[in-house]
Amino acid sequence: MKTTEKRSREPLFHVVKRDALPWYKAMLIRVIAVAAAVLLCSLLSIVMIEANPFEFVKTLVDGAVGSERRLWKLAKDAAVLLCISLAVTPAFRMKFWNIGAEGQTLIGALASVAVAVYLGGKIPEPALLVLMAIAAILAGAIWGGLPAIFKAKWNTNETLFTLMMNYVASGLVAYFLVVWRPSGGSVLGRLDFGHLPVIFHEYFLIIAITIILTAAVFVYLHYTKQGYEISVVGESENTARYIGINVSKVIIRTMIVSGAICGLAGFLIVGALDHSITATTVGGLGFTAIMVSWLAKFNPLIMIGTSVFITFLNQGSSQISTNFNVDSSFPSMIVGVVLFFIIGCEFFIGYKVKFRESTKSQSQEVVENESDS
Amino acid sequence: MFKKILSLCLALLMVAALCATLASCSEDMESDEAKITDSPLGEVELKKDFDVPEDFKIGFILLHDEQSTYDLNFINAVEKVKTVLGLTNEQVIYKKNVPESNACYEAACDLVDEGCDIIFADSFGHETHLLKAAEEHPDVEFCHATGTMAHTAGLDNFHNAFASIYEGRYLAGVAAGLKLNEMIANGDITAEEAKMGYVGAFTFAEVISGYTSFYLGAKSVCPSVTMEVQFTGSWYDENGEKNAATALINNGCVLISQHADSMGAPSVCEEKNVPNVSYNGSTAESCPNTFIVSSRIDWAPYYMYIIKSYCQGTEIATDWCGGAEQGSVVLTGINEKAAADGTYEKLVEVAAKLKSGEIKVFDTDTFTVGGEKLESYTADVNTDAAFTPDTEAIADGYFHESEYRAAPYFDVRIDGIKLLNENYG
Repeated sequence: MKTTEKRSREPLFHVVKRDALPWYKAMLIRVIAVAAAVLLCSLLSIVMIEANPFEFVKTLVDGAVGSERRLWKLAKDAAVLLCISLAVTPAFRMKFWNIGAEGQTLIGALASVAVAVYLGGKIPEPALLVLMAIAAILAGAIWGGLPAIFKAKWNTNETLFTLMMNYVASGLVAYFLVVWRPSGGSVLGRLDFGHLPVIFHEYFLIIAITIILTAAVFVYLHYTKQGYEISVVGESENTARYIGINVSKVIIRTMIVSGAICGLAGFLIVGALDHSITATTVGGLGFTAIMVSWLAKFNPLIMIGTSVFITFLNQGSSQISTNFNVDSSFPSMIVGVVLFFIIGCEFFIGYKVKFRESTKSQSQEVVENESDS
Repeated sequence: MFKKILSLCLALLMVAALCATLASCSEDMESDEAKITDSPLGEVELKKDFDVPEDFKIGFILLHDEQSTYDLNFINAVEKVKTVLGLTNEQVIYKKNVPESNACYEAACDLVDEGCDIIFADSFGHETHLLKAAEEHPDVEFCHATGTMAHTAGLDNFHNAFASIYEGRYLAGVAAGLKLNEMIANGDITAEEAKMGYVGAFTFAEVISGYTSFYLGAKSVCPSVTMEVQFTGSWYDENGEKNAATALINNGCVLISQHADSMGAPSVCEEKNVPNVSYNGSTAESCPNTFIVSSRIDWAPYYMYIIKSYCQGTEIATDWCGGAEQGSVVLTGINEKAAADGTYEKLVEVAAKLKSGEIKVFDTDTFTVGGEKLESYTADVNTDAAFTPDTEAIADGYFHESEYRAAPYFDVRIDGIKLLNENYG
């Protein structure tokens, strides 16, 4: 009897790790999650902004891809996001929690702008662009490399260190804006120099560079010795040491690569889009990039999909705010709900929930067990 | 099971208690109300005296959303005009939270695609990006608040707008001066101790013009007044503004005003019971004991003007600077609880003199620079990267503010005002 009582205290359900699901089943779970999220958002929109759900979905899609301009914008925004996501990925594969992509990108942008401010008009435009790119990549590499050196030498906490570097970067931007525009209300405005050439379309170059970069990062991570070293360090530092990998060197080298790609992203933002800088030039993309990379399980090819998806949601939901004239916290809520469902569903792909079998059958089972013994 | 129900009940009880305390708090606040008069400038009513075609559309690009007092001021004006003209939601399109980057250009182009006839942007940093959109879409009118480039850009469809807010600030300054006089008469301070504090954002012409006109207003009634200015280096930094106000009060300032967008300075004043002259709207509700008066720009008259011009096919001015007459410069009512007696009557009188031209805010007889009267001053009216001064602004005995372009360009450092931290340190 004692055993029976104990059994009846078993929780209502418990969680069991699943064997690897076939890809189509995993995909099905994800599709169901997105569908459920959209359903919930539509319900929210009925209650909160009195919009009909079809209208809601239509506006979402229309806002993201409704015109040629919006399509280009979607592709461009996704490309910038992807570029920064590519930058954080090597470090994440190494389990180095770099949350400083925001600052690394911003400092890259600042370095490009600085070159354009001081040398713009004094040297030929192509030379200026090359210098801007080099400055941005170097600055990003330094911003990423510093925390890595401290981590490798003194085992400092990389999360805090990279986060702090973000604040230093935005502080530096605020400082230089005052230096460059002492009586201009800290607004730099569009610079006349250092514009990347327009090929086919304003945004084409940025998209093309990002696609090439995606392929390069994919090859680097999956088919080179350095990429392999990153994976080993990520799995276990001790194993890495045992097989003769210089862990400190790998950490520092990887973060310099990460920072350099961020710097490149900063250069693209300045050279191809803004031609200017503010403290919010990167606008949180450095953090969204973590989400993009994580959702794609650090696979650069899948990241193309996740970055487009997140940009799609952002762009579509801001159209909802415009069309229904609601507070702009509503679109952020929508994005939050969808991401919550997607991250939640990853749990169900990895694990399954087992409910307690009914008490009756359990006690029977116990009785059977007891009689067996 | 019992335990669970018990804990649930307790939790509910706690929530209920919390709600009750909060509710009683707000009741306490209400008993402490400010006494507000009418606005000394009166109200200017907007009238619909033209027809708006059904397919007319106007788009608004805003740096933030309702949560920022700066943008809220623009949104309120839009809603006012929308009601007066009977525009539908389809005819008025907002793009909120648009940063001062290429995103502003993209938002403007998207509004063009949506069929907007006029596009308006509200932030100083939007200007160069909006200008790019204006170059590409010559059929659409682009209007930009607080900008400085329209008169040199050479585009027919790009316009700047501002208001002669220095007149509003001058009037607010008169109210501050009267308060100082009252404090001197009561023996709270001596005439030499009449020192005001001012929290500014940047050493930017708009801010300098603002605090100087405020100071001159106070000086016109209280000749011994001096002022200290503390900068925050940001348009919106609640903590920075609080710290700046606190530092000024500790420095001996007996009255505070500000040109920054948060509630930082007014709330410190209420806490320390120091009179406050506010900006961008009334703070009477949260500061009933210290709020004196506030000036702000109402953008509704400008919106009416551009829509009317478009609908009637007339040109929109390259630079438009509205005054009290059009209802662009607005004063809130005066809080009799904090203001000196007779403030309302005095402000009505001074407002009339400003209107008739009898008083000029930047009259060179009323201030000195380095101990001498200012006979000539070359201001930076035409924007360039090096901020080269280019235009003589003094004539007929006064500085001609907002005449050669709408946005302020008065950036003279006059005697009596001490800048405490010009490098925002």
